[in-house]
Amino acid sequence: MLSRTASNLFWMGRHLERAETAARLLDVGQRITLMPNTDEGYQSEWASLLQASGTSDAFAAKYGAVTQEKIEEFLFFDRDNPSSVVSCLQQAREGGRIVRTALTGQVWDALNVAYQDLRKIEKTPRDKIDMAELTDFTTRHASTVRGAINATQLRNDGWHFMNLGYCLERADATARLLDVKYFVLLPRIEFVGSGLDTYQWQVILRALSAHRAFHWAYGGDVTAGRVADFLILNGESPRSLITSLYEAVWHLEGLARRYGDNVPTTARDKAREVLERLQNQEIDTIFDDGLHEFLTLFITDIGKVASLVHQDYLQGGV
Amino acid sequence: MNFYNEMYEGENVREPYARLRNWVETMPDDFRQMKQAEAEDLFRRIGITFAVYGEGGDPDRLIPFDMMPRVFEQAEWRRLERGIKQRARALNAFLRDVYGRAEIVRAGRIPARLVYQNEAYEKSVVGVVPPRGVYSHIIGIDLVRTGKDDFFVLEDNCRTPSGVSYMLENREIMMRMFPQLFRNNRIEPVDQYPELLRRTLESVAPAKCQDRPTCVILTPGHFNSAYYEHSFLANLMGVELVEGQDLFVDGEFVYMRTTQGPKRVDVIYRRLDDPYLDPLCFRPDSMLGVPGLMDVYRSGGVTICSAPGAGVADDKAIYTFVPEMVRFYLGEEPLLKNVQTWTLWKPDDYKYVMENLPDLVVKEVHGSGGYGMLVGPKSTKAEIEEFRKKIEADPSNYIAQPTLALSTCPTFVEEGIAPRHVDLRPYCLCGDRIELVPGGLTRVALREGSLVVNSSQGGGVKDTWVLTE
Repeated sequence: MLSRTASNLFWMGRHLERAETAARLLDVGQRITLMPNTDEGYQSEWASLLQASGTSDAFAAKYGAVTQEKIEEFLFFDRDNPSSVVSCLQQAREGGRIVRTALTGQVWDALNVAYQDLRKIEKTPRDKIDMAELTDFTTRHASTVRGAINATQLRNDGWHFMNLGYCLERADATARLLDVKYFVLLPRIEFVGSGLDTYQWQVILRALSAHRAFHWAYGGDVTAGRVADFLILNGESPRSLITSLYEAVWHLEGLARRYGDNVPTTARDKAREVLERLQNQEIDTIFDDGLHEFLTLFITDIGKVASLVHQDYLQGGV
Repeated sequence: MNFYNEMYEGENVREPYARLRNWVETMPDDFRQMKQAEAEDLFRRIGITFAVYGEGGDPDRLIPFDMMPRVFEQAEWRRLERGIKQRARALNAFLRDVYGRAEIVRAGRIPARLVYQNEAYEKSVVGVVPPRGVYSHIIGIDLVRTGKDDFFVLEDNCRTPSGVSYMLENREIMMRMFPQLFRNNRIEPVDQYPELLRRTLESVAPAKCQDRPTCVILTPGHFNSAYYEHSFLANLMGVELVEGQDLFVDGEFVYMRTTQGPKRVDVIYRRLDDPYLDPLCFRPDSMLGVPGLMDVYRSGGVTICSAPGAGVADDKAIYTFVPEMVRFYLGEEPLLKNVQTWTLWKPDDYKYVMENLPDLVVKEVHGSGGYGMLVGPKSTKAEIEEFRKKIEADPSNYIAQPTLALSTCPTFVEEGIAPRHVDLRPYCLCGDRIELVPGGLTRVALREGSLVVNSSQGGGVKDTWVLTE
């Protein structure tokens, strides 16, 4: 497979995952505004969510003060925001168009229909749009694309690269969201365990579409420890760090097997190492050593894996 | 002016169109509108769109698709086919000749100036004979019809003719929407084209290639208006679609960058013009090409299709000599006629053209796409006078032809069906054999009375049928 094709597939996966992340953030934001007495929390929630997507500076520069409309515009429609739903879907579709030959008809169809529908929404006056519909729109189309990939793509190297993009992006997004919540919103230790704290953790679960799954998995109260365990170390949780990484390793193993000994496997080795470390962790130790420190290291490691993928496969061996 | 309507013979509907007329007449209006919308939706979903450089507007514009097919009888087609293959052989013989001893110039049949001062003549490949002596592997020959048996060649495209994806997709969409039509009419298939193209490319692999040849399609990239076609063909042929950045030269071969390291490439079907192929040989600022590619080509490490320099056979000045080529190289009489052409650098022709501008079509020698031309009968006095000044400034840049009475085909319009003018581009493949799929791209001028079929100027496309015996 052409290195450029592999690279486009990898990034297609990342952008599709990123579009979903943006849509989820939007959803959480809307939910917060429905809560009573959150005047202050409302502002800082949004701020933290922007921070989670790594775009708070860009937002401040373009829009200034936070309002619901501005945020929605920014997270969904703004083409200047590389992480907005529109930007991500557009890039995913463009990437897909470039590698049309590596996609099945159904996958392209799903991707293209998503984009055409998106263009229709873009042209609709904003006051005619039901904002709640936007999140549904994104997750629905993202699921259709994902479904088409799973149902129709050959299980070849291209499939591995696409999925690698998905799971590395997901690992990164979950880690960032966790980090921002813990570090930005709870600067003072006395907040930990307060009602405010519990509420914040619930918001995280919602942001990851995981609040129901959490209750099935743990039952009982939402506590920092349990939520962190669910999102970091629980192998059943679909968006946890360990699950994402487990899948990344699985796809990298697939590539290594397929390509044999002549192609380097430094990305796989690194991903394995990170996964093994996670497997031997206890959530208490993570809290004792500092959640922030743990997550910072993890995000760096994910970055390293991604750049090793680039080195091993995407430069054409020259 | 009288126009030949391909549907009729005198008052009667011709045999090939008889069933179709019945189909149209029994079709309810709302059904037609529904199907038209369905076709558009299919085109958009598949992603066949067409971007015109510099026009702005919607980058995902569709070429209008007309559901009424154009039909050829088997006998009509066979005649055309022989003529097209003959012309393709002559064009390749000409290219082999002018990059070698140029016998045709020595014999005084073609002026040396037209060959050697031609912008498309590529000095850097003089003496290089590509595998099997084939320079142009895909030749698109634009044909118009003026009567039952009167076909004229409007122009030859020896470089990288586009549009074949429309031929294939138009058929695909028609079959999907109207399966019954295909059961009732026996229509020759065209979907073997990609397979034939791949075989053609493999047959011209360099002698240095020992195993099964690796073929690729080289595209300028996804911003190119024909990118859809490039990826479509690559997909159906099962070959990689590469950009210049994916290829590199090492020693005497060209390689592509893959996830498993470098892989040698033997045949490149390039959809990139000569000047962009290799910055070391042609335009140094080109980012689209592959540095060193021409050295590998000249030393027989890779085949480039079409060969660099093939364009010298298809410009509008050389065009007038193609019948001469057929006689000179093949010793045959040309089966397809040329349109009478006045070349404005000849004083007599110049005089005639300037006196008869309102009746003629005047084109730039190197122009294409329906731009930079004057259609005398359709122009105002002011437009004609303005064009006259352009010709006076540089006569050798122009040729003129009579305004042809382009044939019409029934075409769907608001009120039902009406005649609209059409042309035809079949695609001839030249490798170890010369092959032609039974069909081609029919372009139709959708505006009433218009003779310009280019998609950039309001033209549409139709499915083109060749009936079996």
